[in-house]
Formats: sequence, C-alpha cells, structure tokens
Amino acid sequence: MSMNEEKKEYRPLIVAFCCNWCSYAGADLAGSSRLSYPADVKIIRVPCSGRVNPMFILRAFERGADGVIICGCHPGDCHYSTGNYYARRRMALLFSMLEYIGVENGRTRVEWCSAAEGAKFSKTMNEFCEKIQSLGENVRLGDLRCKN
Amino acid sequence: MQKIGVFVCHCGTNIAATVDVKKVVELVRYEPGVVFADDYMYMCSEAGQEKIIEAIKEYGLTGLVICSCSPRMHEKTFRACAEKAGLNPYMVEVANIREQCSWIHKDREEATKKAVILARAAIAKVNLNTPLKEGESPVTKRALVIGGGIAGIQTALDIADAGYQVDIVEKEPSIGGRMSQFDKTFPTLDCASCILTPKMVEVNQHPNITLYTYSEVEKVSGYVGNFDVDIRKKARSVDFDKCTGCGECSTKCPLGKIGKIPSEFDRGLKNRPAIYMPFAQAVPAVPVIDRENCTYFKTGKCGVCAKICPSKAVDYEQKDEIVTVKYGAIVVATGFDIINLDKFGEYAYNESPDVITSIELERLMNAAGPTGGHLERMSDHKQPKDIVFIQCVGSRCDSEEKGKPYCSKVCCMYTAKHAMLIKDHWPDTNITVFYIDVRTPGKNFDEFYRRAVEQYHVNYIKGQVGKVKPQPDGSLMVQAADLLDGKQINMKADMVVLAAAVEPNPGVRKIATMLTASIDNNNFLTEAHAKLRPVESPTAGIFLSGMAQGPKDIPETVSQAGAAAVKVIGLLAKDKLKTNPCTAQCDTLLCNGCSTCANVCPYGAITYDDVQVMDHGLRETRRVAQVNLALCQGCGACTSACPSGAMDLQGFSNRQITTEVDAICR
Amino acid sequence: MANVEKQVQLIKDISGSDPYKCMRCGKCSASCPSYNEMDIKPHQFASYIIRGDIDELVESKAAWKCLSCFACIERCPRDVQPGKLVDAARQIVERQREGDYLQPDEIPALLDPETPQQLLVSAFRRYRR
Repeated sequence: MSMNEEKKEYRPLIVAFCCNWCSYAGADLAGSSRLSYPADVKIIRVPCSGRVNPMFILRAFERGADGVIICGCHPGDCHYSTGNYYARRRMALLFSMLEYIGVENGRTRVEWCSAAEGAKFSKTMNEFCEKIQSLGENVRLGDLRCKN
Repeated sequence: MQKIGVFVCHCGTNIAATVDVKKVVELVRYEPGVVFADDYMYMCSEAGQEKIIEAIKEYGLTGLVICSCSPRMHEKTFRACAEKAGLNPYMVEVANIREQCSWIHKDREEATKKAVILARAAIAKVNLNTPLKEGESPVTKRALVIGGGIAGIQTALDIADAGYQVDIVEKEPSIGGRMSQFDKTFPTLDCASCILTPKMVEVNQHPNITLYTYSEVEKVSGYVGNFDVDIRKKARSVDFDKCTGCGECSTKCPLGKIGKIPSEFDRGLKNRPAIYMPFAQAVPAVPVIDRENCTYFKTGKCGVCAKICPSKAVDYEQKDEIVTVKYGAIVVATGFDIINLDKFGEYAYNESPDVITSIELERLMNAAGPTGGHLERMSDHKQPKDIVFIQCVGSRCDSEEKGKPYCSKVCCMYTAKHAMLIKDHWPDTNITVFYIDVRTPGKNFDEFYRRAVEQYHVNYIKGQVGKVKPQPDGSLMVQAADLLDGKQINMKADMVVLAAAVEPNPGVRKIATMLTASIDNNNFLTEAHAKLRPVESPTAGIFLSGMAQGPKDIPETVSQAGAAAVKVIGLLAKDKLKTNPCTAQCDTLLCNGCSTCANVCPYGAITYDDVQVMDHGLRETRRVAQVNLALCQGCGACTSACPSGAMDLQGFSNRQITTEVDAICR
Repeated sequence: MANVEKQVQLIKDISGSDPYKCMRCGKCSASCPSYNEMDIKPHQFASYIIRGDIDELVESKAAWKCLSCFACIERCPRDVQPGKLVDAARQIVERQREGDYLQPDEIPALLDPETPQQLLVSAFRRYRR
C-alpha cells in the first residue's frame, strides 16, 4: 500500500440482501424519492429474506465485505407468509456465532422494511454505514488468498 | 461460455447526469463473457428494444444485462424483448443503476463506480443463468366444496352459475349448516329459513351441482388443477332413488316416542327417531338411519320402517361407498360450532336446564323448533319472566384450555337480536345483558344495538357475570358487578343465555392436514395473505369460505363465499396453468431425505419419493425430496434450510447469489 | 419514579401475573365476596398497578379485605388473577415491616370458632413468607 492510498478516506463495503417484495421495493422508493444513502451499499435482490443462506453472508465477509444487512418484509407481511420468520431466527443464531469468532455484532443486521418505507430504508442504510465506518475494516473473516 | 450483451441506459438524464454511461460501457466490455456493450438514450423505448434485438441476432448473444431502472419496472419489458429475438426470457438480468444508484448519489465518480459494480454483479449472474421454461399443467374443470352451510352453498351456486361443475360434500344428512338452525337474522330480522331454503333447493336442482350429503372427504392427493379426492358416502340405509321423502318411516319409528336419541339439529332440546331427517326442509329430503341407535342394527329385530315404507326404499344392507373424483380447485367451507362449556362450571350450564346457549335459544324461538316457537324454560315449561344474557363466554379468554383468545364477533349482534325478538313477542319480559364491551361495527349494526336499548329498554350492564347459582325454587341467582355504577348485583333470573365462543368445526384439522392447507393456533384456516389474498390458502388451489377462516356473520360469509367462487372460476377458466419457472430443485444425489425442507415449505410443495440412484457405482434406493413445480412459488425457504445443499432455487441459485456477492466484493 | 417502577416489577414477579392483560371485564368483582367492603374494587387492582398507585392500593381497605378465596383467580378469563396482584401488594408491605411475622405457635391463641378456614389460609399466605 502506498502512502498516497493510505490517506484516502476509508470507505466500507456493505452488502445488502433485499427481498423482492418489500425491501427491494422500499429501496426503489428511496431512490425515486431521492433519499440518499452512501454508495457503499450494494443491493442483491433475493426472492425472500428466507432465501438468504448463511453461506452468502460468510462468503461476503470472506471476500472482504465490512458489513452485511438483510432486509425483509415486516413480520406477518411476508409474501411467502413465513420466510422472514425463518430469516430472523436463522440470522439471530448466525450472528451470535459470528460474534463468537470475532465479527462484531454491529457488522450484521436484520431489518424489516416495507415497500412504502423508502425513508426508513434510507435511514437504516445511513445508520448502518455509519456504524460500519466506526467499526472499520473487517479483518476477521477475510480470506487472505483474496487479498491483493 | 455465455455471450453476453450489456446495454446501459441513459434514461434521458436520469442516469446519465450522475453516472458516466460511456465509462461504464468501457469498463464492463472486458468482463468475462461480455461480447458486446453499448449505451442508448432510452433502452425501454421501441428503438432501444430494436437495438437489443439486433445485437442479439448479430452477435448471437446468449445473455443480456440491461443497466437501467429497477427490474420491478422494466424487467418484464426486456424479457419480452429477448423472447422476441428468440432468446430465453430468463437469460435477462437487470442492473438497477437508477433507483439504487444515479438517483441517490450525487458524486459522479462514486456513482459511476457503483454502477460498474452493479453491472458486474449482474454480468456474473447471467454467466450462470440457464434458460428456464414456464411449466404447464392441465386444469380439471370441476370444483369441490367441503361443507354445505351457507358459505358452501353460496360458493357452489356462484361457481355453478358460471358454468362449471361443482360437488358439495356435507357430513350431515342435509345441507343448510348452522344457518338452518337460526330463527331470524340480524340486522334486518328476516327469517333465516325463508332466505336459506330457496338457496338449498336451488343447489339441489342446479344441473351443475352434485350433492354428496352424509359423506366425508377421505383422502386428497394431487395439486392445483389436478386434485384426486376420495369421498366416503356413508350408508344412508335408504335408497336415494326410491325414497319420496314422505316421512312415514320417521313418524312410525318406535324410537321416536320411547327412544332417547337427542336431536343434533335441535341441540338436544328434543329427541328424534332412529330414522330421521334433521329438519322438515332438509335437502335432500331423504332420511338416514342412525345405525348406532337403531334397534334393527343393534338387535336385528324391529324393521318397522322397512315394512311401513310405501316405496320400499329402506335398505338395511347398504354399505359405505367410496368414490374418487378429480377436481381443479377445492373450497373449504367447514364452518363452526360453539365451544364445549364443561370448563365453565360457574355458569351452571351442565347443572340447570334453564341455562342455555344462544344457539339453543335460536331453536327455542324457532317456529319449527322443539317448542313450536314458544319460549319456555326446559325445566318446568313455564315462560321465563326475567332473562339474563351473558356475553363473551369463552371468547377473549387467555387460558387456552378454557376458552378462545379471539372475539367471536357475532355474539353482540345476535344477543341484541334475541333481546329484541323476545321483547317483541312478550313485551313484559325483563332482559338484562351483561357485557364486557359491545362491539357492533358494520352497516346498520350499532343502530340495531341502540334500538335494543332505546326502543326495547333492554338493560345493558357492563361487567362479566361471576356466577350463576341454581336456587331450590327453580330460579337462577346471577352474581355480577355493575362496573360503571360500582355496585355488586345479585339478580334472580328464570333463564340464563350464554353467548358461547365460536370455534372452527372440529373436523377441520383433519381436512386441513389432508389438503396441506395451513391452520392457525385456533384451528382457523390461514389465508395466503391477510390483506391481499384473504380467500386463498397458501396452498395453491385451495380456497377458504366462511367461518372456517375466522369468525364472521352471514353477510360477510356470503361475500367471502362469492369471492372464493370468483377465485375458483378464475382458476377453472384456464385450460393450462402456467407455473413460475423460478422453482426449487432437488439434487437427488445430495439429498439425504431429512424432511427439513418439507417442514419449512409454506406450500406443501415438497414430497418424498424413493428413487434409485447410482452412487460411486453402487445402485441404491434413497428417500429424496421431490418438488412439485405446480405448487412451488419460488420463495427459497427450503434452499437455505437444506443442510446438505441439495435444494437449489432456479433463477436465484446458490451459485448465482454467491457469484453476485463475489462480484460486489471484488 | 424509579421506586414505583421497581415496585410494579416486584408485584409482577411475586404474583406471576401481568396486569396489562386485564380487559376490565369485571368477572372478579362479580365473584368477590368482600366486594361491598372494598373501596377499591378487584377489577381496579390492575389499573392501580399499571398506573403505579401502589401506595394507594396497599393503604386501601380493599387490600386487607381480600379473603384470598381465589374466586377471581379461578374465573379470570385473562389470567390476570387480581387476587394474586393484591396479595403481592400486601406482601410488599409485609416485607418492608419485617419482624411483624406471625409465628405458627401464635396462631391457636388467635383462633375462635367463627374464624373461617379461608381466613386462616389467607393469614398464612400473608404472614408466613
């Protein structure tokens, strides 16, 4: 790393998994309402928050993501009736295990965001980015082979 | 290797203002698989689509990435466009660089960088896309309605009127259900049988409706559009074709006078013979023999009904018959009953015959009821002077073994109705209603309740009754507190009427299991979406009607029945069902048959099959999961639950999402 | 304020019931044999605890008129069990008093033929913890 690069402001890399029916639409609404959030957030569309396999999250951390957020429909609103409940339980378990191996709890998050909550989506992303910014680079799970 | 074409849209200045479109094109050109990249002012326009089609043909593209607005907006457009050029529509991915990039970021460099990353993720995904084909399954143009109450009757009539065949399966000897037991209906006070019996007759005579009364659903297999249902037609012991419904057998049955068989229809307030029709207007008007109580079936002697029958219709040899019918859709309209009151000892329901439930009161006030419509105490057949109504008996109850946590919804209204009807007939009766809350939302409902108070002077007291004590003189002592006046009340009553909580018909659990339709903690059937799909079960092809789905009154039941019918008609109107190609798939070599996926599947789309597999040269039989593509909705719950990674979702496969993650984190 | 919150929590812990579940149906008041002697009626217990008016509740006559007959506990449809709530309130007072416990050998002297069995049970519940 050259001296020049080191001075550059640290920008985190955040992966957001958004369910197609609520949160992805919420993100679209945030966009059409021009409610900005940092460009560090990259959204991956999944059919349902219950589709998010814990492997995806581990993979993201392995590949150098600094934070992962999963957004789904509000409890009771899941398009597939129960997917978000499974996601919530699965993630609660995964996050506690991640914390055990040193990935701070703040790096992971599950958030409910409906298709009408553009403002909430943008606010959540801003908060999450700030949090990750304060936590700094994720060094715990990074696959050394992936580093340049 | 795919040959991917990338198209970046300017969207006027919507995207181009913050994203350097040309730069994006330059940067993605050298991504793996990309053979063509271009930009255009409006990709979704006619000319833009032409450009895509030309490129597909010229470069032999096998995959498309459109960097434009949200896929929720134009994914369909671009897929249709690809299809026009002969490309599989599911080989198209959209990178959302408008809503999720240009519109929310101000810095041009930053936005361009993000747009490139989003495009890369989409390109990486398309590299792994496979052509998907929408499946097709045929539709059997016949519907089954389980339950012949007002909900089932209305659903069947609506479907039949649209020209489709409908079968009703009813476990009682006659259709009509609860509504046929009622006297009058709120809020108009028109007589229940006057509005119900014409419908029952219509059902019986409708050319498109087949009735299976005294029958039960035994087995259900298949899926939406193609259900196979076994129906058990219980032996009536009366020949359907010969019987004229004259009723001679019932009048002559010796058990009618000496037997002590309580009439189910009259809620045990009256006895019935062993060969009987539940009520005079029963449809079909063919009696059944209650084999458990009939002397002939118990001892082999008697046979009076067979001797007396003018058309020789009585047939003691009849056997249960099982018919198998194919259906395209099934409607569950199994209705309700009231809860058992054994746990409410304080209300003395089992102690005193003068403590009755509201449904018993309906029978007592009905002109065709056990007392010919004359309200009397069951103990001494005197007309009651003071009547106390107790609301919420078992409703809104926290303890599960005693009552139900929900509000039964109909009690406030029918109690007001009862009070008014009694006051109408016998104006000098004193009526007191003990309530917790009076809940009367609905058209003309609150006015109805207020009329009971203002016009009929029914005494409404806030406070649940604590105890009902039968007195030696035959009266009942009601102990309560008037919470608003702060006074404890000890009141003498001649009759106490309990508004017992409603509960789904106890048989619904068995039926729901057969149909893999989900039910909630209270045994009500769950709807696919509480707001947007209220008459559909999460299981495709299963529809809900009436109280089986939740407490509701007659007008609501009828409108829900109509709604369910429309959904059924919409399904039956199709010749073929298109199925979503983004479905789960099971890798039989990886699956270990653990059933985890079947447990999380909200649609009952996963079954297990024994298959022969070759594993390292060994042939063995394994129990593996099979996904029914007609039922799978593509939520992917099974894929993340599968411990062995055998389940995968087409269109959002594990590899596709992982590769997106990789592309983003590169 | 914090003290009141602590007391409310204490009452919930001792009684094991949740006053927020109360829907003011009044079945407790209907069943209560001491209703007429109470200034605060059984169906009001829950709201006193929710509001934090615990001092008022334990200083009331009602708290000490409860016979612990358990009619309200048995019949409460919401499992709020006002009898347990008021018993918990009494216990808080008794615990604060200290030294005021009734010993089992003191009881025979206090007995007379008129004493209802229920009151005895209640007395044990109140004083012997």
